[in-house]
Amino acid sequence: MSRALRLAGLEPLTISDDSLFVNVGERTNVTGSRAFARLVLGGDFAGAVEVARQQVASGAQIIDVNMDEAMLDSKAAMARFLKLIASEPEIARVPVMIDSSKWEVIEAGLKCVQGKPIVNSISLKEGEDAFLHQARLVRRYGAAVIVMAFDEQGQADSFERKTAICRRCYDFLVDRVGFPPEDIIFDPNVFAIATGIDEHNNYAVDFIKTTRWIREHLPHAKVSGGISNVSFSFRGNDPVREAIHTVFLYHAIRAGLTMGIVNAGQLGVYDELDPELRERVEDVVRNRRPDATERLVSFAETVKAKGKSVVEDLAWRAQPVEARLTHALVKGITTHIIEDTEETRQKLARPIQVIEGPLMDGMNVVGDLFGAGKMFLPQVVKSARVMKLAVAHLIPFIEEEKARSGDAGKPKGTIVVATVKGDVHDIGKNIVGVVLQCNNFAVVDLGVMAPAAKILEAAREHDADMVGLSGLITPSLEEMAHVAREMQRLGMKQPLLIGGATTSRVHTAVKIAPHYDGVTVYVPDASRAVGVASNLLSDELKDAYVAEVAADYEKIRIQHAGKKGPKLVSLAAARANAFITDWNAYSPPEPRAPGRREFRNADFAEIARYVDWGPFFQAWELSGPFPAILDDPLVGDAARNVYADGQAMLRRIIDGRWLTASGVLALWPANSVGDDIEVYTDETRAEVALTWHNLRQQNERPSGRANYCLADFVAPKETGRADYLGGFAVTAGLGIDARLAQFVAEKDDYGAIMLKALADRLAEAFAEWLHAKLRRELWGYAADGSDAALDLPALVREEYRGIRPAPGYPACPDHAVKAPLFTLLRAEEVGMTLTESFAMLPTAAVSGFYFSHPDSRYFAVGRIGDDQLADFARRAGVPIEAARRRLAPNLG
Amino acid sequence: MQPDHTALLTRLLRERILVMDGAMGTMIQQCHLSEADFRGRFHDHTHDLKGDNDLLVLTRPEVVARIHDEYLAAGADIVETNTFSATCIAQADYGMQTQVHEMNVAAARIARECCDVWTAQTPEKPRFVAGAVGPTNRTASISPDVNDPGARNVDYDELVAAYGDAVAGLAEGGADLIVVETIFDTLNAKAALFAILSFFESVGQRLPVVVSGTITDASGRTLSGQTPEAFWNSVRHVRPLAVGLNCALGAALMRPYIEEIARVADTFVSCYPNAGLPNPMAETGYDETPAETARQLSDFARSGFVNIVGGCCGTTPAHIAAIAEAVRALPPRALPLAEAAELADRPAR
Repeated sequence: MSRALRLAGLEPLTISDDSLFVNVGERTNVTGSRAFARLVLGGDFAGAVEVARQQVASGAQIIDVNMDEAMLDSKAAMARFLKLIASEPEIARVPVMIDSSKWEVIEAGLKCVQGKPIVNSISLKEGEDAFLHQARLVRRYGAAVIVMAFDEQGQADSFERKTAICRRCYDFLVDRVGFPPEDIIFDPNVFAIATGIDEHNNYAVDFIKTTRWIREHLPHAKVSGGISNVSFSFRGNDPVREAIHTVFLYHAIRAGLTMGIVNAGQLGVYDELDPELRERVEDVVRNRRPDATERLVSFAETVKAKGKSVVEDLAWRAQPVEARLTHALVKGITTHIIEDTEETRQKLARPIQVIEGPLMDGMNVVGDLFGAGKMFLPQVVKSARVMKLAVAHLIPFIEEEKARSGDAGKPKGTIVVATVKGDVHDIGKNIVGVVLQCNNFAVVDLGVMAPAAKILEAAREHDADMVGLSGLITPSLEEMAHVAREMQRLGMKQPLLIGGATTSRVHTAVKIAPHYDGVTVYVPDASRAVGVASNLLSDELKDAYVAEVAADYEKIRIQHAGKKGPKLVSLAAARANAFITDWNAYSPPEPRAPGRREFRNADFAEIARYVDWGPFFQAWELSGPFPAILDDPLVGDAARNVYADGQAMLRRIIDGRWLTASGVLALWPANSVGDDIEVYTDETRAEVALTWHNLRQQNERPSGRANYCLADFVAPKETGRADYLGGFAVTAGLGIDARLAQFVAEKDDYGAIMLKALADRLAEAFAEWLHAKLRRELWGYAADGSDAALDLPALVREEYRGIRPAPGYPACPDHAVKAPLFTLLRAEEVGMTLTESFAMLPTAAVSGFYFSHPDSRYFAVGRIGDDQLADFARRAGVPIEAARRRLAPNLG
Repeated sequence: MQPDHTALLTRLLRERILVMDGAMGTMIQQCHLSEADFRGRFHDHTHDLKGDNDLLVLTRPEVVARIHDEYLAAGADIVETNTFSATCIAQADYGMQTQVHEMNVAAARIARECCDVWTAQTPEKPRFVAGAVGPTNRTASISPDVNDPGARNVDYDELVAAYGDAVAGLAEGGADLIVVETIFDTLNAKAALFAILSFFESVGQRLPVVVSGTITDASGRTLSGQTPEAFWNSVRHVRPLAVGLNCALGAALMRPYIEEIARVADTFVSCYPNAGLPNPMAETGYDETPAETARQLSDFARSGFVNIVGGCCGTTPAHIAAIAEAVRALPPRALPLAEAAELADRPAR
């Protein structure tokens, strides 16, 4: 166990001798941030807490809190602020740096922090006794400490003085106080350079040299500094300040600087600095030539005029408020949205006009950019968040006005959306909801598992203009048809919109639309939802659009009816062409660890290594292979952003234990009997625990290609060969509901969708990880090391031996087997259940069977004939109509 | 005050897994004591006293001694004093603040006498008194007022004063160790540790300290929101003899968290879970059998997670006997290498 500085907020932060640079947020400091000082002095602690939240959100790993202001009761303010942020898990997860020049303020702070903080700072300023006393108390309070290079003579400004004081303090702390050296951090004083005073020219060099000396001579001690000081003489010229910080940090970190109090927004990338600017800044920081300051000052004038990001930021703030609203919506910036909305509200006669006017204008820009492919879904969802915040601000005013006049503005239309009964998948539906809301539709979202009666009741109650249905699993297709029949029965007229991963234009035209006299429209993705909805609500466009859709669907139906589809062979012929292997020449591998095994609280850090990011982008409706998508000329920017946000949230999921992953697998004796696979209770193979009725491909196969059925990959009972089958169910979504509720409460759809998308990826990754463990250890048929050598892309390409087909997917389309599988696995014991349509809960879940045969492969059953349907119904012991519903997607 | 047995305990903990006792509260409940039993000489006291278990060390000391004895007979190396709520903060509910010092002294003496009898019989298996310091019924880092997240119903200085009294009483009565246990708010624990370190400084001597947190639910965090590793980072400055987890969850659900502690702690690790999850229908309120609790803890031992094991709510002498038997032949967790030197080279000043 290495010696490291081990800090804690709600979560640990370990800084070892070879850790990367740690950035300490500097904005919660009344001496350094005028905005923060204003909030604290004005008693606006909620606003002050918000500053802390932003810092952590933008990457501060520690936050520095300083309340040293003459007009303030610093002790009380320190205690109050620390107690408030202790109640904010998003802030309290990082450690605090309690920053004051007054010991009593530090002590007040230490009494409010449950984690391990850093005291900033103590020094020899008031002599040895005070220093030792304070150091002992810091230790007793359980904090690490920053020691300033300051002694009875004053602040050290030369290399010699700095090193001498640091050495003296280190010896005092380690030898006389018993202070662990890894908990000591020196601040060798960052002073301003390029001030025009020659004595200051070597300050940066001295700091960097001292840093290197401390790391070499004072074992385990760390080094910190307040970075912004170094550029103090260029106040007002942010581009130059940023360049100085960047160059200074570049050298100080190489010399061993452990952490720095910085404004993360004022840091650039060393390599990307303007070369000429960088050269002149290098001259100043490293004190390379006597005229370095003059040269930088003269160059700084030109830089200032050009400006950079910070100046641009100010530029958009200087625009008229309408333009600012548009900017905030397009860029997804929430910082000023409330004040800007309020300013607009005060300008206009009625609050609703803010929405109908400037906000909708801004959202139209977003909509146009989205439609033109210049913005992408992740950005649009962020825009929606800004819009929601603005609208939330206005609602009380609108309600008030409504109360007075009994009238208010009306949205374009109202749509009831729901994920149908038995299904729990709602990422896509939520995206559609957000996009429609952005476009001023009122959306009534009934969530998941919505029964037909509830959907239609809501449609009536809200006088909805449209109903939208979504679903992912195949049984949902049948449920959507049921909703359509119910709408017909109740004499409803509203258009019915169909969407979701398993739906299609053909399915909608053939299977749903015929049940309903009102118009039924298939919506392929969120970006089309607005167009479809707008057409359906437009007096001018509606009739033509409905006629066009009707004609289109009629054509599809005719084609479909006329199309024979792939030619089917009889079930008997298909069985005669089954995949054959020589069971006499093949010994099925015996599991090393037969039976059931639970995996609770699986290690996300390990699982995350198995994440296949490709489908993540599909969830965000960004198409292209990963990682090439990140450099795609069209969607690359959006993909990179959503990928970065995804990575960041993944980190938080792991570090913050947002989710729990648990699963179960089992390996059973099994044999095939015809197209069924029998799973036995034990090695005597006398008692059947589960019979899995599989389906066989029935389309005419090219010569030499078999009509596959999964049962072909398990040794037939009559061979007498002892074969085995595995089953598994895993989830990465335990605990997700609380987090989602939090995002919803914060009106952060982006975060909510991101979390769901990541949970899905983690569940898949968990399944991948578990499958590898099964092959290499538990079943152990691939224990020779070649399997272990497969990298992630090879795993994604399924280059290993054996398969893990999941019920509901093409090789075994019948979902219903999940019920006996879950029972046999006792999946409920790891927190997994099924809905009536066999959708898994939590949603981020994977379940299926393991096959070991080297020739086992994935395939699609495709269309089956009535003979196989009847055979299946007989084998499964269900009425043929029930079998027809279960296998509807395979029945053409 | 007892001498500092850190060296002896360290030697023993390197040799074998030490066993702590089990529940006190649920054992007392089963004695079905009356209000009059609890009151004893405080018959005119203004508050009802039934349920003030800690008071029994003054009013029915033989009941407490008998429970200690049963645990020692079951094989416990360490018994905890009956002082979980013996602070002026927790005793305020009963109006018994003024008796706190006496309670702690008496509780430690009762346990001391029981242990000394057993140690005299089997000197090769010395028995130790652990002075128990509970969390109090208030929290220093959680607001009791939904409208003001900055509000608190107790502050650090009050906690330090309360814990200081308790610890002084425990030391005076003869405790060998101090166990700060069932920590659901680390700031409360840090106040206790501050009081302990201040007390050690005032008497010029240390006692070994055990720090034991509580993971309250499947979120894997303390009630105040810390992960196990963050909790350890926040208390390790007291240089405890052992750190670990106790109470809530029960062993089965505690596994990943004790594993995390074992991974990060550069000191010995203790674990004394409840007898499973609460079951209101069971006599003790918990229904995990001795065999099951023992199986879980021996699994922890085999996995190399623990140096001290025992039981918390719902465990009985039968549980402790089963646990002691189950871990008897199992090796203790080895201390991570680097820090053995680290413990030694830090001067205790």
